[in-house]
Amino acid sequence: MSETGSGNAGGGLFNRLRRGLARTSGGITEGLATLVAGRKRLDDDLMEEMETRLLGADVGVEATQRLLDGLSQRLGRGELRDAEAVMDALRTEITDLLRPVAQPLAVETAAPPFVILTVGVNGAGKTTTIGKLAARLQAEGRSVMLAAGDTFRAAAVEQLQRWGERLGVPVIAQPTGADAASVIYDAHQAARARGIDVLIADTAGRLHTQSNLMEELRKIRRVLGRQDPGAPHETLLVLDGCNGQNALAQAEKFRDMVEVTGVAVTKLDGTAKGGVVLALAERLAIPLRFVGVGEGVDDLRPFDAESFAEALTTE
Amino acid sequence: MFDGLSKRLDAVAQRMRGRGRITEENIRETVRDVRMALLEADVALPVVRAFTEQVKERAAGAEVAKSLTPGQAFVKIVQDELVRTMGEKVEPLALNVQPPAIVLLAGLQGAGKTTSAAKLARYLHEREKKRVLLVSCDVYRPAAIEQLATLAGEIGVEAFPVDANDDPEKIARKAVDHAKRHYFDVVLVDTAGRLAVDEAMMDEIRRLHGAVQPVETLFVVDAMTGQDAVRTAAAFGEAVPLTGVILTKTDGDARGGAALSVRHVTGAPVKFMGVGEKTDALEPFHPDRVASRILGMGDVVSLVEEVERGIDKEKAEQLEKKLRKGGKGFDLTDFRDQMEQITNMGGIGSLMEKMPGMGGMQERLQGQMDEGRVRRLVAIVNAMTPAERARPDIINGSRKRRIAAGTGVQVQDVNRLLKQFKQMQKMMKQVKKKGGARRMFEQMMPGGGMPPGMGR
Ligand SMILES: Nc1nc2c(ncn2[C@@H]2O[C@H](COP(=O)(O)OP(=O)(O)OP(=O)(O)O)[C@@H](O)[C@H]2O)c(=O)[nH]1
Ligand SMILES: Nc1nc2c(ncn2[C@@H]2O[C@H](COP(=O)(O)OP(=O)(O)OP(=O)(O)O)[C@@H](O)[C@H]2O)c(=O)[nH]1
Ligand SMILES: [Mg+2]
Ligand SMILES: [Mg+2]
Repeated sequence: MSETGSGNAGGGLFNRLRRGLARTSGGITEGLATLVAGRKRLDDDLMEEMETRLLGADVGVEATQRLLDGLSQRLGRGELRDAEAVMDALRTEITDLLRPVAQPLAVETAAPPFVILTVGVNGAGKTTTIGKLAARLQAEGRSVMLAAGDTFRAAAVEQLQRWGERLGVPVIAQPTGADAASVIYDAHQAARARGIDVLIADTAGRLHTQSNLMEELRKIRRVLGRQDPGAPHETLLVLDGCNGQNALAQAEKFRDMVEVTGVAVTKLDGTAKGGVVLALAERLAIPLRFVGVGEGVDDLRPFDAESFAEALTTE
Repeated sequence: MFDGLSKRLDAVAQRMRGRGRITEENIRETVRDVRMALLEADVALPVVRAFTEQVKERAAGAEVAKSLTPGQAFVKIVQDELVRTMGEKVEPLALNVQPPAIVLLAGLQGAGKTTSAAKLARYLHEREKKRVLLVSCDVYRPAAIEQLATLAGEIGVEAFPVDANDDPEKIARKAVDHAKRHYFDVVLVDTAGRLAVDEAMMDEIRRLHGAVQPVETLFVVDAMTGQDAVRTAAAFGEAVPLTGVILTKTDGDARGGAALSVRHVTGAPVKFMGVGEKTDALEPFHPDRVASRILGMGDVVSLVEEVERGIDKEKAEQLEKKLRKGGKGFDLTDFRDQMEQITNMGGIGSLMEKMPGMGGMQERLQGQMDEGRVRRLVAIVNAMTPAERARPDIINGSRKRRIAAGTGVQVQDVNRLLKQFKQMQKMMKQVKKKGGARRMFEQMMPGGGMPPGMGR
């Protein structure tokens, strides 16, 4: 924002906008203050700009529309007089959209093991999320076991085993090329025998368009279901936070094929905004469990609507 | 993977269909639609902006003004812009240096660097008979080194033995040294995934680059990436001079906006695309082919093509109207006009050429619709009375003989034309029902029921 040209540099409005700008060093509301400067009214152009910015954060057309509708209603009621008001309103809208789906994972260990099956496309962060999640559960005082269900990718088993060693958590594995369902079956047997609280099963990354591989996941679920009608208790879809609108297609397909019960969004420690989560909430209403904010063992957080909205709007 | 975008653009064109007049308002509206379509395909905002500006500019120009289907003309403009953004030709790796040629791969976490390194190794090893050394500089991610070593073993390429306690820069130097001493042609350097905001890691890639002086520095990006593609690509491009891009995971249904975005922001061409998890699932990136995949829109493109070639707008409008009514009111005059327009357009063959998925048909059609034949058809219709043209049913035996004599052809030629006309009418009904021109042409194909007289 350039000071020349704004004309009213000394005035209260200018200072207010500056403050607003300082808070918005980037992200959706970047430059919003500039846009509002010198305007008597917050008009269609502003709405269009907001729309552009939401879309630029991967929010997607549908969820963006809903947010804008909310904003324009407030605008109509004369609630939004300056940039800060607009930003606050936006944050509120986003929080309102997310709050119903921000549901923490409730681990029930009355009849152990509580089985968590992780699924997702290639490289989304499944294995890493498992490591982080295992650490969390351990910290809560639960015993954890991991099942190396990715029997396909090179060194996927070793990767999970490395996490297991790091955390002191047993990992049930067979060599690469083995049948994934049978590994997970073995793991379930072992977990039950040892009275383990939580079993987390890794699976190979697969694109949601690969029907044979989706079928393999169904088979895993069937095998687990035969062991324990309640299992898997959680089918956790891991989504790459850098993904755009394709994450929606992923969520839809995985939900249809394997009854996803929760979502973890990874890699939100970067410049990706993960705005597709709003679209997800809008369209699918699958519970959002966790966000991944790094590669370290502590970098998994419960999904929180307010802080997500805050991060999305102020960066 | 690009189907979604095509569908969206198609829809945009559909909506504009039938709006004969161009107003500033519907230009704005359509530009907005195109923008939305691109955004839904995850094309990065700055790229979308550049597009829409260009589109807006051109939309105001003559090419749209003279078009009878403004929406489709817009789409044509978008097509041009897409092709321009992605580049025109395949860009191979530039490995013609004093060996060993060093190739550095970099990108976000999980993008597909390690897999792509193995794929490239296999590609160079098998197809270009190069001696390739793979080296992993990922000392962070658990089992990253094993992953590359395993893949190297599978494809029969040497992996440089890495000490995970070494600094990545040192590992890379050692590997290059080893390659020099053992006469390797190419060294592929895999690196850890890193975020553009991670200062220390971005500094590391800078140092790695400085240490090994690669001829190719490839940015590996997931085709499913959203708007962040543009930010990340720009940041990597600032840190190290990128010479190319590998677009991974294109075997899914990602709409592929990242493909458009990365080149736009980095200036580096997409050189390869990953089409699966296996080590042979790597293809050189053909911008033209991908562009036509994006625009696999059959009838839309063909209609735009017609417009482009400047057919008689008024007649075409009338024809279009009739076409939309499913061929109702389509008479022999229209039939003749259409034949004339086909010759004006340089023959049906060249029209075919422009239509996605129609490449092969073009050759088969060549000669079947030559100008002489079409001219004879036109002459036959010209020899008819207006009443006959409007109501072909009244053309009985004696009328046929008269027409034939008037044109200097056989009665059976007249018969053939009438049959052809009926076929065309039928097709129009189908066009209305579904599928448009593509289906129509399929119907016309030999074996697929080419109207007699056309296919001989
Ligand atoms: N910055 C960051 N990186 C992450 C996060 N979660 C995972 N990663 C990294 O992303 C990359 C892929 O993670 P994996 O856990 O191997 O992903 P995956 O889904 O198991 O991959 P496949 O099994 O190959 O399909 C690794 O480099 C991880 O360290 C996160 O929240 N932030
Ligand atoms: N379907 C498909 N999967 C791919 C493709 N390329 C890579 N993958 C998969 O994507 C996942 C991640 O690939 P990696 O090669 O481990 O990615 P990376 O960039 O090295 O990951 P980090 O080192 O953790 O940053 C693996 O499951 C690969 O098998 C592709 O073109 N298509
Ligand atoms: Mg994994
Ligand atoms: Mg790797």
